[in-house]
Amino acid sequence: MSDDEEEIILRDLNDEELVAQMQDDLYDGLRDEVFEGVEILLERKWDPNAILSDALVEGMRIVGIDFRDGILFVPEVLQCASAMKGGMGLLRPLLAASEHAASTGKYVIGTVKGDIHDIGKNLVGMMLEGAGFEVIDLGINNPVENYLEAIDKHKPDILGMSALLTTTMPYMGVVIEELDKRGILKELPVMVGGAPLNQEFADAINAHTYGRDAAMSAELAKTIIGRNR
Amino acid sequence: MGSKECHKCLIIACGAIAAEIVKLQRQQFLFNEAITLKCLPADYHNTPQKIAPAIEKILMEQRDKYDVVLVGYGDCGTGGRLDAVLEKYDATRLPGAHCYEFFAGAQLFEDMIEEELGSFFVTDYLVRFFDRLVIEGLGLDRYPHLCEIYFANYKRVVYLAQEENPVLVKKAQAAAHVLGLQFHYRKVGYGDLGNTFKSLPLKASGVANVSG
Repeated sequence: MSDDEEEIILRDLNDEELVAQMQDDLYDGLRDEVFEGVEILLERKWDPNAILSDALVEGMRIVGIDFRDGILFVPEVLQCASAMKGGMGLLRPLLAASEHAASTGKYVIGTVKGDIHDIGKNLVGMMLEGAGFEVIDLGINNPVENYLEAIDKHKPDILGMSALLTTTMPYMGVVIEELDKRGILKELPVMVGGAPLNQEFADAINAHTYGRDAAMSAELAKTIIGRNR
Repeated sequence: MGSKECHKCLIIACGAIAAEIVKLQRQQFLFNEAITLKCLPADYHNTPQKIAPAIEKILMEQRDKYDVVLVGYGDCGTGGRLDAVLEKYDATRLPGAHCYEFFAGAQLFEDMIEEELGSFFVTDYLVRFFDRLVIEGLGLDRYPHLCEIYFANYKRVVYLAQEENPVLVKKAQAAAHVLGLQFHYRKVGYGDLGNTFKSLPLKASGVANVSG
């Protein structure tokens, strides 16, 4: 903000202005301001789910579009994510305790074997959480056994796999093939994503859905759940 | 790769290996007319979606003027898009997924990954331009705290050196220190880039004809 700009007092804004301002602050990666906005809305007796969806998730959706269009880059998106995390930190316990806390679905996610890159996966996890999913994060470098074990243990509605490297993305196909062999694939939609992937690759390995970016992945996951229910 | 003694070769390369290509060309005394080198910006490394379209544009305009086209890239995060373009224009690229692999050679590269999955590889070029490509490229100059997010799963910087250069070794060590990682040095030379060059069907004599 330049010096001659008037400082915005968040508390002076009405609800509609505040939500719009929080989306702007999230876009600018202003963690403290987003946190304060969440606090104010909670004081105004807003439902935590509404704060999450209207201010934070909507803000990140805009970030996702601008990232896709080359307006924002990875460092800026990570700043936005950090701002969203700040607000989520405040909301998470309230959402868990809320009697209206209905999970959209259960989502197991992990980066595939041989790959230690988890920035994209973490962004997807955050957006899924924002969309109301219970996210079970398997972390990085997951062999097929880890996915099978997690499926068995958590009975997810969707399995998500991520890879950043051209050399590791074929492993997604290995996992999908194994799920198919075991008869799991027809019951469990598998989503794949990662920088070098595209729709053709996802089709070739028989993935259910390709998630182009974090915001889009969360939207697609919601669509899958809606379709399956 | 066409006739044994062709005279016109187009090399489209990542700017990160341009100096190495020129050096190899000089070492092998290749004809001035033999090779035209066109380079794309090295920072496409951070935006690999730009690589295949940029190369296709050059091939579309110039493929017919050359007997052989060598593309100085690995797959480089294009997810097979580059290979699809090259097939269309009968062009060849260097083997492997990226420059780390073709400099080190597939087996050594695999061994190093096996030894430590969390290896962050750098070459002479990346060491020289570490600040611009890594620090600025990843936004660490503006947001230093992101270093932890980017490199949390890395354990070591592996410097795959093309030339022995104590100044660069020191610089690479300093880079590892900045990232909070261990340092591992390995002189690998030019690897498959050198081998590919030797196998090009070209006549020897002069220096490179480089265009940007």
